[in-house]
Amino acid sequence: MKDVRAIAVFVLLVGSIPFVTDSGVVLNFVMMALYACLLAQAWNVLGGFGGQFSFGHALFFGTGAYVQVMAQVHGAWNPWLSLALAMGASAAVGLFVGALSFRYGLKGSYFALVTLAFAEVFRIVALSVPFTGAGVGLMLPLRESVGNMQFASRAGYVWLILGLVTVALCVTAWLRHSRFGAYLQAVRDNEDAARAIGVNPFLVKLWATVLSGALMGAGGAFYVQVFQYIDPGLAFGPHTSVEALVGAIVGGMGTLWGPVVGALALHVLADVTRNLFGQLPGINMVVYGCVLVLIVMFLPRGVGGIGQRWFKRQDSASQTKEGA
Amino acid sequence: MSLLEVSHVSRAFGGLRAVQEVSLQVPAGSLTALIGPNGAGKTTLFALMSGFLVPDTGRVTFDGVDITGRAPHLNAALGLTRTFQIVQPFASQTVRENIAVGAHLQHGKRSDALHAAEAVAERVGLYAQLDKPAGDLTVAGRKRLELARALATQPKLLLLDEVLAGLNPQEIQDMLPVVRGLVAGGVTVLMIEHVMQAVMNLAEHVWVLAQGQLIAQGAPNEVTQNPQVIEAYLGHGTAARLRKTQQGAV
Repeated sequence: MKDVRAIAVFVLLVGSIPFVTDSGVVLNFVMMALYACLLAQAWNVLGGFGGQFSFGHALFFGTGAYVQVMAQVHGAWNPWLSLALAMGASAAVGLFVGALSFRYGLKGSYFALVTLAFAEVFRIVALSVPFTGAGVGLMLPLRESVGNMQFASRAGYVWLILGLVTVALCVTAWLRHSRFGAYLQAVRDNEDAARAIGVNPFLVKLWATVLSGALMGAGGAFYVQVFQYIDPGLAFGPHTSVEALVGAIVGGMGTLWGPVVGALALHVLADVTRNLFGQLPGINMVVYGCVLVLIVMFLPRGVGGIGQRWFKRQDSASQTKEGA
Repeated sequence: MSLLEVSHVSRAFGGLRAVQEVSLQVPAGSLTALIGPNGAGKTTLFALMSGFLVPDTGRVTFDGVDITGRAPHLNAALGLTRTFQIVQPFASQTVRENIAVGAHLQHGKRSDALHAAEAVAERVGLYAQLDKPAGDLTVAGRKRLELARALATQPKLLLLDEVLAGLNPQEIQDMLPVVRGLVAGGVTVLMIEHVMQAVMNLAEHVWVLAQGQLIAQGAPNEVTQNPQVIEAYLGHGTAARLRKTQQGAV
């Protein structure tokens, strides 16, 4: 209940930003930060709650992005419908990769490598087959209207991505308060112990991959709606995978607000570095790498962990006071 | 009828025949112990019963159902749950959340599972620690948690793998009534145990495993007099030597 209230407050606050300002810079920042939140939250479902560290979440992102464009360009689908199709396709890819990896008991770095490899395979396939436009990529024709999910102002995109982030937050909140979520965290913490008390780790991890994939696919679909262009490198390259996992790890894995905090923090950082070293392409990845190392070394529970620890201390302090 | 029936079960790891042709029965409502020296194959036998390992040959029947090689989570759903000798808490979660994972087998709703977890915690004496992270518990606390989590699945048969190992005498004394309470509450218990004082105190029937084979069975005081059992623990010829010294003393 507390989570639902917090999500509602978050949605109201962020949703009202376009009413307060129409500055393109601010709205663009909010939109991109929310987009990073969605990717981090999607990764968090499988990596944070399930403990299955994927290094190839671009696999689901790219699938979502390509399906979103192809459904509109080749199939003349409505983009709102193709969003559902994109999420479904990414979920299906999750089902396939998850079933394959977990069937053979791949864990830890092996699972990470398999996801990485699959993302590469998809990138190479997208480079070679004609219906993805091969190396040239695919363009989404510009047709501005709400029905076409293309908005005249950034505000529309902010609300769209806010809606998707809300879905991701609700999924995460559900994980915190449901049997499935409890099972998923049990499998993360100790698979054998979970099996002994009636948890089927294969199914639990598989559904987590499907959920995570669907959310990541929504991120990909959103990306093409905004930038109206996708190519194999953008879709399946490592950049998106890294952005998703760094956001979740920096913010705090397996928490509700950690990925939000992490994605926001990284986004501020990326903007600052871009302004400082604008002429160096890829400098933000260097910064991400350094931040990741520092966080893993000094704040293994993420930036969100600091707040949590502070609240706990306040809690126990007030309790001892009451006790005395 | 026996709740659990193991017949002619064998399992080898390469050249090591860890469990050979073992047959045993656990009657419903009993408290049975499985003892034996280190490396006798006790934990392997537990793994074979609970589905963590698949036997090479032989059959395991639980409650009239053939469960040979069936996955552990399916056995748990049938009512057969095990604990681990090396405790395996979900360290990042609280005691309440740990036990609730077990309770979820019977309760779909989160609130019901958390509620059930409280009742189980009370039964094993963990009530005061419900909101502690499981990683902060003492060894004794973790052993209780291991027990509580298994108990929360509402099993018919509980396989306890050395729940008393690593506890001090006082903690063992505190734990004995908890184990006895399980049986009184209708759970059949099969326990691996090294603490003989506890075995003598608790078990109605004892099976002795040595080098992968069952060498004796019976009431606890019968078994401890059995020359084969004494030799399995203390070495070849010890039984005869002990008898001689005892006669000499008389």
